[in-house]
Amino acid sequence: MSDVVLTLNHLQKHFGALQATRDVSLELKRGEIHALIGPNGAGKSTLIGQIAGNLKPDAGSVHLAGQEITALSVAQRARLGLGRSFQVSSLAEPLSVLRNVMIAVQALQGHSFRFWKPVHRDESLLAPAREALERMQLSHRADTPVSELSHGERRQVEVACALALKPRALLLDEPMAGLGPEGTAHLTDLLETLKQEVPILLIEHDMDAVFRLADRISVLVAGSVIARGDSAEIRHNPDVREAYLGD
Amino acid sequence: MDKLKSETTALPGLPALPNAWFDRKGLVQIGLLALLFLAPLAAHLLGHIYYVNLASRITLIAMAAVGLNLAIGYGGMVSFGHAAYFGLGGYIAGISAYHAFDFSPVMSWPMAIPGSDSMLVIWLATILLCGLLALAIGAISLRTTGVYFIMITLAFAQMMYYFANSWPTYGGEDGLPIYIRNSLPLVDTGQPWTFFLIAFSGLLLAMAITSRMMKSRFGAALTMARLNDTRLATAGVSPYPIRLVAFVISAMITGLAGALYADLNGFISPTMLSWHMSGELMVIVILGGVGRLYGPLAGAILFVMMETLLGGMTEYWKLFLGLVLLLVVLFAKHGVMGWLAGRERHV
Ligand SMILES: Nc1ncnc2c1ncn2[C@@H]1O[C@H](COP(=O)(O)OP(=O)(O)OP(=O)(O)O)[C@@H](O)[C@H]1O
Ligand SMILES: [Mg+2]
Repeated sequence: MSDVVLTLNHLQKHFGALQATRDVSLELKRGEIHALIGPNGAGKSTLIGQIAGNLKPDAGSVHLAGQEITALSVAQRARLGLGRSFQVSSLAEPLSVLRNVMIAVQALQGHSFRFWKPVHRDESLLAPAREALERMQLSHRADTPVSELSHGERRQVEVACALALKPRALLLDEPMAGLGPEGTAHLTDLLETLKQEVPILLIEHDMDAVFRLADRISVLVAGSVIARGDSAEIRHNPDVREAYLGD
Repeated sequence: MDKLKSETTALPGLPALPNAWFDRKGLVQIGLLALLFLAPLAAHLLGHIYYVNLASRITLIAMAAVGLNLAIGYGGMVSFGHAAYFGLGGYIAGISAYHAFDFSPVMSWPMAIPGSDSMLVIWLATILLCGLLALAIGAISLRTTGVYFIMITLAFAQMMYYFANSWPTYGGEDGLPIYIRNSLPLVDTGQPWTFFLIAFSGLLLAMAITSRMMKSRFGAALTMARLNDTRLATAGVSPYPIRLVAFVISAMITGLAGALYADLNGFISPTMLSWHMSGELMVIVILGGVGRLYGPLAGAILFVMMETLLGGMTEYWKLFLGLVLLLVVLFAKHGVMGWLAGRERHV
C-alpha cells in the first residue's frame, strides 16, 4: 500500500484572464503535514477548493487514496474522507456549535434519510460530536450559536467538523488566523499529534507554526509552486526569501 | 449571555429548548387549536352549519399551507406552484367520484382503473400521484435557485392550470361537481361536523409529521441545506436529494388537503390550480410565520376570516389583505406566530 494519500496532478485553473493555478502537482503522504505557503492572492485557497470539489479545475486531476476524484461532488469527496476547513468560515450561524458538528457525525454514519428519531437525544450523534469539540477545547461553547463566536472560534468549529468526519486527509485553510497566542499554541500541539492519524495539507500565514509543524513546505507564488522542501531548505531558499519572506 | 441567547433569530427546523405547554408559546398554540376546535363545535351544537363548514375550510387551507411551509419555511424552497398539488388532489377526488357515480372507468388502458367514492382510495391515489408529480417538477426545479426556482415552479403549475382548463371531459374551465361527498367506512362524511373532524385530524397529522420529521436526522439535514448547503456538502451529505424528498413530502401534504377541499366544496375547477391559489397559500405561510409549526394555522385563520368578514363588506378586501401583509412584513417579520408567541430559539 502506497504512502501517498492525496495527489494533485498538473492542476490548472483560470478565472477569466487570471491564472490562479499554474500546473500545480503535489503529494500528501501518510503521517505528514504538508504546508502550503505564499503571499496573499497566490492561489492557495483556490487550490484547496479544487481538491475539495468546490471549484472545478480546467485541467489536471486529483486522486484520493489511489482513486481519481476529479469529477466527484463536494459531498462525494467528503464521504471518501476529505475533511476541510474554510478560510472564511462556512457554518450554519443560527445553529449551536454542537449542531454544526453533529451534521458531520450524521454524514459519517451515512443515515440522513431517517425521519423519526429526534437527533437531540441521539447519543450516537451527540457523543462523537462532543468528543470532536473536546479535542478543539470548545466544549464550553457547545450550546452557543455560531453567530456569537469570534472568527477564531469559528475556524476551530470548522476543524472540529472536519475531525468528526474521521477524514483520510485534512485540508486546513489558515486555521490559526484570529487565534490568540494561547489558542495558536494549543492548535499547534494538536496538529502535531493529529498528523499521526491523518495527514494534513496546511495553509498558514503564521511562519513560526509552519516551520515548527511542517514536514514539507510548498511555496506558491502567482499560482505556481516556486519551491518545495523541508523547513530548513525553504527558510534558506533565496527565491522564497525574495518572493515571499520579504528580505 | 442569556440575554444574548434569547435574541437568536427565529429558526425553524430544530427543537427549541424544552417547552412547557403552559409557557407563552405553548399557550398560544393550545389557544389556536382550541379556537379552531371549539368554535365549530359550538356552531355545530347550535345548528349553524355554515360556520362548521367555514372552520373546515380554514382547517384545509391551513393543512395545504403546512405542506407549503415544509418547502418554504423548513427547506428554503420558495415554491410558487403548490396549487399544482392542491389542485391535483382536488381533481383526483373529483374525477374518481365522477366515474364512481356513472360506473365508467377512469381509464381502460393499459389497465382498467374504475372510479371510487372511497376517501381512503382517493387519499392513497393523491399521495402517490402528487408525490410523482412533485418528484418530476422538483427534480427539474431544484437544479435552479432563487427567482428561477420561483418562476419554474410557477410555470409548471400554470401548465397544469391550462391543461385542466382545456380538457373538456372533466368540465374544462367550468369545473366538475362532486354530487355525493366521497365516503369513509363507519362514518357519515356528509355530516358537516363529522367532515370537520376528518379535516381537523388531517391538519393535526400533517403538523405532527412535520414537527417530528424536523427533529430527526432528515430534518437536521434539511435545516442545514436551508441555512448553509456548502456546510452540508462539506460534511458529506448531498443537499439535492434531501431537498427533493422534502419537496415531495410537502406536495403530498398539500395534495391531501386539496382532495379534502374538493370534497368540502362538492366541486372542483381549474381555480384550485391557478397561481392565485399558489399565491394565497404563500401569503398564509408568510402571515402566520415562515417556518413556524403553527404559522400556517394562524395564517389561515387570519386569511379566511379577513376574506369572509371583509369580503362580505367590500369587493376590495384584498387591498386590506395587502395592507396587513405589508404590516406583517415590515413590523412582525416572523409573522403572527412570531408576534404572539415570541421568537424561537434553538440549542
Ligand atoms: N471565484 C473567483 N473568481 C475570480 N477570481 C478569483 C476567485 N477566487 C479567487 N480569485 C482570485 O484568484 C487569486 C487567488 O485567490 P486565492 O483566494 O486562492 O488566494 P490565497 O492564496 O488563498 O490568498 P490569501 O492568502 O489572501 O487567502 C486571487 O487573485 C483572487 O482574487
Ligand atoms: Mg486564501
